[in-house]
Amino acid sequence: MSLKKPDNKIIAWIKIAVFLLALIPVLNLGISAYIDNLGANPIEKLTRSTGFWTLTLLLISLTVSPLRRLTGWNWLMRLRRMLGLFVFFYASLHFLTYLLLDQFFAWASIVNDIVKRPYITVGFPAFMLLIPLAVTSNNRMIKLLGGKRWLLLHRLVYLCAVGGVVHYWWLVKKDLSNPLTFALLLSLLLGFRLIYWLRGLNIPLIPRKGWQP
Amino acid sequence: MKLATGAALSGFLPDWVLAGEQLANVKKSTEALSDKLTPLKDITAYNNFYEFGTSKEDPAQNAGSLKTRPWTITVEGEVNKPRVFDIEELLKLAPMEERVYRLRCVEAWSMVIPWVGYSLAELLKRVEPTGKAKFVEFVSLEDPKQMPGQKSATLDWPYREGLRIDEAMHPLTLLAAGLYGEVLPKQNGAPIRLVVPWKYGYKSAKSIVKIRLVEKQPVTSWMKAGPNEYGFYSNVNPAVDHPRWTQAKERRIGEFLKRPTLPFNGYADQVAQLYSGMDLTKNF
Ligand code: HEM
Repeated sequence: MSLKKPDNKIIAWIKIAVFLLALIPVLNLGISAYIDNLGANPIEKLTRSTGFWTLTLLLISLTVSPLRRLTGWNWLMRLRRMLGLFVFFYASLHFLTYLLLDQFFAWASIVNDIVKRPYITVGFPAFMLLIPLAVTSNNRMIKLLGGKRWLLLHRLVYLCAVGGVVHYWWLVKKDLSNPLTFALLLSLLLGFRLIYWLRGLNIPLIPRKGWQP
Repeated sequence: MKLATGAALSGFLPDWVLAGEQLANVKKSTEALSDKLTPLKDITAYNNFYEFGTSKEDPAQNAGSLKTRPWTITVEGEVNKPRVFDIEELLKLAPMEERVYRLRCVEAWSMVIPWVGYSLAELLKRVEPTGKAKFVEFVSLEDPKQMPGQKSATLDWPYREGLRIDEAMHPLTLLAAGLYGEVLPKQNGAPIRLVVPWKYGYKSAKSIVKIRLVEKQPVTSWMKAGPNEYGFYSNVNPAVDHPRWTQAKERRIGEFLKRPTLPFNGYADQVAQLYSGMDLTKNF
């Protein structure tokens, strides 16, 4: 078996494994909620945990293409759509926890949060940005939009990631170590892209025949 | 005889054994607060005590390394009789009472806690503050070996808090050594802490080693950390928002829907007059 070109059966297994791994955080939360093990402030735990996994999965999905670049494993790209959809899944849980559990539809207080709490002022649009990406994630939409335009649209994910990190930075009371870690990792991931872009070595959307990283 | 063996034993036992020990001769609280008590398990598992780490679970996990004996509190500054008080003396200085207080954290959650202690005024009276004693500064223990959170510079250690002298002398202001009738658990600020129920939780300094009476308003650890977020007064005030949280509502631990936050955390009748004529938006 070659890591560069595993056969389709192996890729199918890898996909299943990634799918199950990405489900672990939500299963963990579900079980904890069921056995009443979310601690003294369960709603806070749910909000924080889903927020954390949204950003973590977002950074993981942004790692795919640099990793492909470095290793030449083109098949990695076949995991990216699923990872992206998991980002949207956790972001939706995060938003729903806020809407249903934290605020319980207190619209005035939600609007107030969006206007007055800087971390929500950036978090809200960051979440909104993910919606068009999720909607256009199937093959039909890619065809409909055309590869170039689709690619351009999906660059919005960088903005969302920056928004997510700023959101985290601004919500922390004092201990910035976690948001700082995310900020450093994101700079690495975006810096990598910048270097390639500056050198005119853009990664082609659909690998051309014989294309070598 | 029995008492003597008990005392001798407690000297040999590791002091985690002491937590959970009942406090003797506690006068039950007379006025019953209608609010339901927060369960002991939540009060001891969900704490902000950065000396042991910044997550809510850290203090319960890490506070075991705190040594609560021997322990002294130095009271000094603008007083006629500065003194070092030993913890055993402090525990007997005045009759212990149970006081059921609401605790409102600046992060917009709250609890109801049956503290055990006596008014701070009892201690302050004994050192005779001079006319220059306008403020009281509280200093918590600094020892990174016992308090692993102090290995990072999250706050400017040691933790410092402060009150105006009239706030400190107010009968509601409590020096607490226990909760739920038991010796104060370490994660809750053992062996002795302050409880100021009409102010945000961080005003109530934990594991106190020094009390200084001073003429000028002290600069507290949180004021240094964020001058426009944390003021000296920090009275619970639903009308003045923190930049990160609205203070209009709070989640009572154990409840689902948020409840409105009360001015002075519901203690306005007792304390509002301390601030008459002051602009509480400026003096937040
Ligand atoms: C409508 C949009 C959003 C709202 C209303 C929202 C709200 C919140 C709230 C209330 C918290 C908890 C703050 C606290 O406990 O003090 C939080 C934490 C967090 N959120 Fe969001 N958020 C939104 C979007 C996002 C997005 C798009 C991301 C990531 C890309 C994200 C990532 C995070 C992270 C990483 C945390 C902190 C987790 C931790 O404490 O470990 N949020 N969010």
